[in-house]
Amino acid sequence: MGARSGIRHALWIAWKDLLDISRNRMGLVMLILMPLFMMGMVGYIFPSNSGMSNVPVAIANLDAVQGNASLSTKFVAQLEALNNKTGMMDLSTVGSAADVKSNIQNGQQSAGIIIGSNFTSNLKTGKQADVTIVNDQSNPQTASLIQTQLTQVIQQMGTQTATYGLNQTYKTPLNYSLAQVAPYNVQATGIVPGQTNYFEFVAPGIMGMVVMMSLMTGLPHAISFEREVGTLDGMLAAPVHRMSILGGKVIAQTTRGMMQGIIVLTLSIVLFGVVVQGSIALILGILLLGVFSLVGLGILITSFTSTEETATMIMMTLTFPMMFLSGVFFPISQMPQFMQVIAQFLPLTYAISALRQVVVLGVGVQAISRDIFILFGFGIVLLSAALLAFERAMKR
Amino acid sequence: MADVAIKATNLVKKFRDFVAVDHLSFEVKKGEIFGFLGPNGAGKTTTIRMLCTLSSPTEGSATVAGFDIAHQGNRVREHIGLVSEKMIMYDRLTARENMRLFGELYDIPRDALRERIDKLLQVVNMEKWADHQIGTFSTGMKQRINVIRALLNEPEILFLDEPTLGLDPQSTNEIRDFARSINDDAGTTIILTTHAMAEADMLCDRISIVDYGKIVALDTPSNLKKVITGADTSVIELDVPNITPTLVSDIQSLSCTQTVTVEDETHIKVHASGDESCDNVIDAVRSGAGQIRSIRNVEPTLEDVFLYLTGHEVRAQVADKVTTKEPRSRHGARVQSRIR
Repeated sequence: MGARSGIRHALWIAWKDLLDISRNRMGLVMLILMPLFMMGMVGYIFPSNSGMSNVPVAIANLDAVQGNASLSTKFVAQLEALNNKTGMMDLSTVGSAADVKSNIQNGQQSAGIIIGSNFTSNLKTGKQADVTIVNDQSNPQTASLIQTQLTQVIQQMGTQTATYGLNQTYKTPLNYSLAQVAPYNVQATGIVPGQTNYFEFVAPGIMGMVVMMSLMTGLPHAISFEREVGTLDGMLAAPVHRMSILGGKVIAQTTRGMMQGIIVLTLSIVLFGVVVQGSIALILGILLLGVFSLVGLGILITSFTSTEETATMIMMTLTFPMMFLSGVFFPISQMPQFMQVIAQFLPLTYAISALRQVVVLGVGVQAISRDIFILFGFGIVLLSAALLAFERAMKR
Repeated sequence: MADVAIKATNLVKKFRDFVAVDHLSFEVKKGEIFGFLGPNGAGKTTTIRMLCTLSSPTEGSATVAGFDIAHQGNRVREHIGLVSEKMIMYDRLTARENMRLFGELYDIPRDALRERIDKLLQVVNMEKWADHQIGTFSTGMKQRINVIRALLNEPEILFLDEPTLGLDPQSTNEIRDFARSINDDAGTTIILTTHAMAEADMLCDRISIVDYGKIVALDTPSNLKKVITGADTSVIELDVPNITPTLVSDIQSLSCTQTVTVEDETHIKVHASGDESCDNVIDAVRSGAGQIRSIRNVEPTLEDVFLYLTGHEVRAQVADKVTTKEPRSRHGARVQSRIR
């Protein structure tokens, strides 16, 4: 029995597994629905700076001076004009500070702005006018974002007013006045042009996670289930090398994993506006290496368990820590030391980090050669271990 | 050696402390139908699995079709077909796809394979269903495909592990006839395991009665039955409308009685030895106020042989059974309750 017939056998077994997967209609639907859910959930749960829009904010103008002479009315008009351009807030006017508080408490608004009663008089007598930003402490993440944004906006308005004032009073040119009021022009920029949306950060992670989840549920079915119902005996009692059986399983599961990865990639580009900076071919290459490691790990585990149920349970127990520790949602560098150490032993860590660099930063092969090298190592070690374990399990 | 299909020498299989197969030695001649008869858990399936190279023996050796099961696994596999207790088929594949897959695994040339699949489907009257998924079939239909699947490589030796388990009477008969015809037409050696005594009696040229991993007897069905008649044991069936437990224990306590089985509400079967056994049994029933509607000396069945050969041992072995984890024969337990 030569290598050629060995490969042919493996391909036939893979054909059978893929045919089986493709005839499971509900399974096919889930192949698309699962990444859709994941992307949607993760993308919307975690708020991002750039994505903030239409945050409901209450304004209470308590200024004693109202009408034409009121500077606070001008302030509010200026704020509204600015907001119309960005669409960041959904402003609504309320009567008192107490209303601001109760509106935030009952969830109508996420933040409030209170203009002090001495606003106009302070400004007219050469004093600073008070503006208070009220936060919703029950949602610290949004609160701090809103506070930063609002502070920025109000400071910007202050700069504009001061610049205009200098220009009016001393007839200095506008740009000179601006330089006097705000001497430093600070700008932030990324390495790649354009705004990054949060999906670009999570998309590579989701790709890794969804592929992992689909493999970890697919493998127990492909191996433990077949052993349980006895169909594996049919292949084992035929003159087929054990390697061909394993090979067939690896080919089928890898195809499935790659399909799943491509679905996630397509969904994130088409539906979630992710812009891939690097090469798609490189992404698929990294995905393939990651899938090899995961398939190896999966077969290793299923070989040691006798039933599909146990195998699935062990898989789930491993999948969850792997999902969180490999940096799908949070950067690994923000984790405690010991978790960072554990993360180093997970193949998914390297796959996701490499994917992220290619998707978000558009790097080439050289920049991620270390990740690729380690992934390759993981793949070889895990697949060899899987082969040995599988061989042993089959002889029982 | 040329006419030997299978030769097993001291085969042993242990699962931890549990001995499933205990020093089995036997020979199967080419072209015969060889039966393994015994209760569930007797070690029949484990023996088959070892012979099919699905499980490696703890000790001992065997050759199948002239090849060693431990060292020439692939050669063995080329020459055998397996119909396992669990069906070897994929529900989401059609009958034809299932057969095609396995045909390819046996490296059968494509054209020959196509012909063979069509022919086999015809033989079992399943050509209409060839392109339907297995999952939509009834158990009987599934088993027909399952059996012809094992014949794709035209095996020299066909293993049938409980082929009629859970089938309706009609399908059961079909499968039995089919097994017979494979043996007659192609000269295929068949190894059949079953716990249905009648099936073994009907099909097998020779039967080995297995209990607790050991062969207790190995012979042709008719010779096996002679074990009982030869041993001067008669099988008496009594029709007694008013059976009581006392009556049963009265018969049991007779010196000539070996076993007593209550078959149903009105029938008792007694294995007894000696010339006066019939008189003694009648006396015991009469003195226990039992009415005898009819009495006859019945032709022993394999069931009787099994009871005769294993009957005394069952009780003793049930005691060790408690220490082993492996679920022991339901059948064994039933035999025991019948004896009491």
